[in-house]
Amino acid sequence: MRISTFFYTLKQGLRNIFRNKLFSLASIATIAACLFLFGIFYAVLANFQHIVKNAEEGVSVWVFFEEGIEDIRIQQIGDMIAKRPEVAKMEFISAQEAWEGFRDEYLGEYGDGFTENPLENSANYQVYLNDVSMQSALVTYLESIDGVRMVNRSELVATTLTGINALIAYVSVGIIAILLAVSIFLISNTVAIGISVRKEEINIMKYIGATDFFVRSPFVVEGIMIGLIGAAMPLGFIYTIYNVVLAYVTDRFPQLSSLLSFVAVGEVFHVLVPISLGLGVGIGFLGSIVTVRRHLRV
Amino acid sequence: MAVKKRRKGPVVENEIINLTNVSKAYSTGAPALKDVNLHISRGEFVFIVGDSGSGKSTLIKLLLRELTISSGYINVMGYDLSKIKHRKIPKFRRNLGIVFQDFRLLKDRNVYENVAFAQRIIQKSNKEIKKNVPSILAIVGLAGKYKAKPRQLSGGEQQRVALARALVNQPTILLADEPTGNLDPKNSWEIMKLLEQINENGTTVIVVTHNREIVNAMQKRVVTLRRGVIISDEEKGGYIDED
Repeated sequence: MRISTFFYTLKQGLRNIFRNKLFSLASIATIAACLFLFGIFYAVLANFQHIVKNAEEGVSVWVFFEEGIEDIRIQQIGDMIAKRPEVAKMEFISAQEAWEGFRDEYLGEYGDGFTENPLENSANYQVYLNDVSMQSALVTYLESIDGVRMVNRSELVATTLTGINALIAYVSVGIIAILLAVSIFLISNTVAIGISVRKEEINIMKYIGATDFFVRSPFVVEGIMIGLIGAAMPLGFIYTIYNVVLAYVTDRFPQLSSLLSFVAVGEVFHVLVPISLGLGVGIGFLGSIVTVRRHLRV
Repeated sequence: MAVKKRRKGPVVENEIINLTNVSKAYSTGAPALKDVNLHISRGEFVFIVGDSGSGKSTLIKLLLRELTISSGYINVMGYDLSKIKHRKIPKFRRNLGIVFQDFRLLKDRNVYENVAFAQRIIQKSNKEIKKNVPSILAIVGLAGKYKAKPRQLSGGEQQRVALARALVNQPTILLADEPTGNLDPKNSWEIMKLLEQINENGTTVIVVTHNREIVNAMQKRVVTLRRGVIISDEEKGGYIDED
């Protein structure tokens, strides 16, 4: 393609947007609304997953050993656990440390009366997981290791967190799919109207010998431009809103922000910007190409 | 062993259009053209005349490959139009210039842009467009009005712009569908003079018209259609009335 043809196509695509102002604006507004919701949804989701991840990191499994087990075997068991892919980190708690922890937390000064360690068989590995949904598989493995007496876990926390994660994933996929379908439908309508407005020009182009590509490409450019503008607009809004809300929550509810940690705006936008722009271009391309193929058999 | 393709119809010197036993029926079943045989040589000037419903428009659409034939054989500039691949049609049409009764200019663009539009479509460079458009506007006598929008021009001037647009890509054949249908006699004659001049420069010109006076005066080849059938094909012919 000649450079002059490329710029001509680009110019015609932009011209189409202005020729068909009302419908172009309606499409841009709808895509902006869809991608605004998507962005808000993504920001909430990113924070929720961040919080869930933090909670997951606090969920651990305790591995207790057979009575009279040798230190060397405990070391071997530790090495075996550390090799597992689902293990994020682990630490060894000796019987003495276990007792001291228990005593300090629950008995206080009453614990001084004990001369021997009542938790003599309580040496354990505290194992933290990468993904809490893998807990069952890990526990089954741990229980099969020779020298392991008991494995303690929190079934409820694990299943609740896994459930929440799955629910978020399903809901987000569902909502995003609906929004995308609406956007594609709208762009397709805008381009179809543009084609009917320019029907005479297209007919002349056909008679003169324009190729399919030459006739169709301005409409595809129009769709992509609408998608891009519609995607860029909400990003600015979300950036502002995110910062305002974060500042508000941190300011007004300091106790909440000490419990929960939020994702920094830069981190959210690092992912959101390319996804939103990509979605905008994709929606625009898909919406226009489908219509152009249906209505413009040159 | 390679099989040599045999041409269809009689041998015509320098033939550029060959319709042999062409029929065209629409989906309603009504025949628009019946068993038409038409052979036109390179550089000819031909009038196609006939009343409404005689099949003139169908014939033009077949020559443009806007429609396909129902039966027979049609070859234009070496392209077998019943077999031509869809992707080859633009290349075929680049050798044709077309002028309509209602001019079909782009109302939002000026004279220069309307003519340049035809060059952009066949992807000429800006340099070529800047050279070709003013020279063709000079030929049709509109060099001074290149900035005017179609609504600022008379009917005759608009038809000249349409002619310039049809000619700028240097077509082998110029098809004019009722080019004087919307013009007064003075402008009609001016357009016909221009078409004659274009023909003298080597372009094959085919004019579909109702204009008895012009057909009779110009003494060119006249093909008369009636109810889808060619009833007369005469060198230096005249307009044949219905009854």
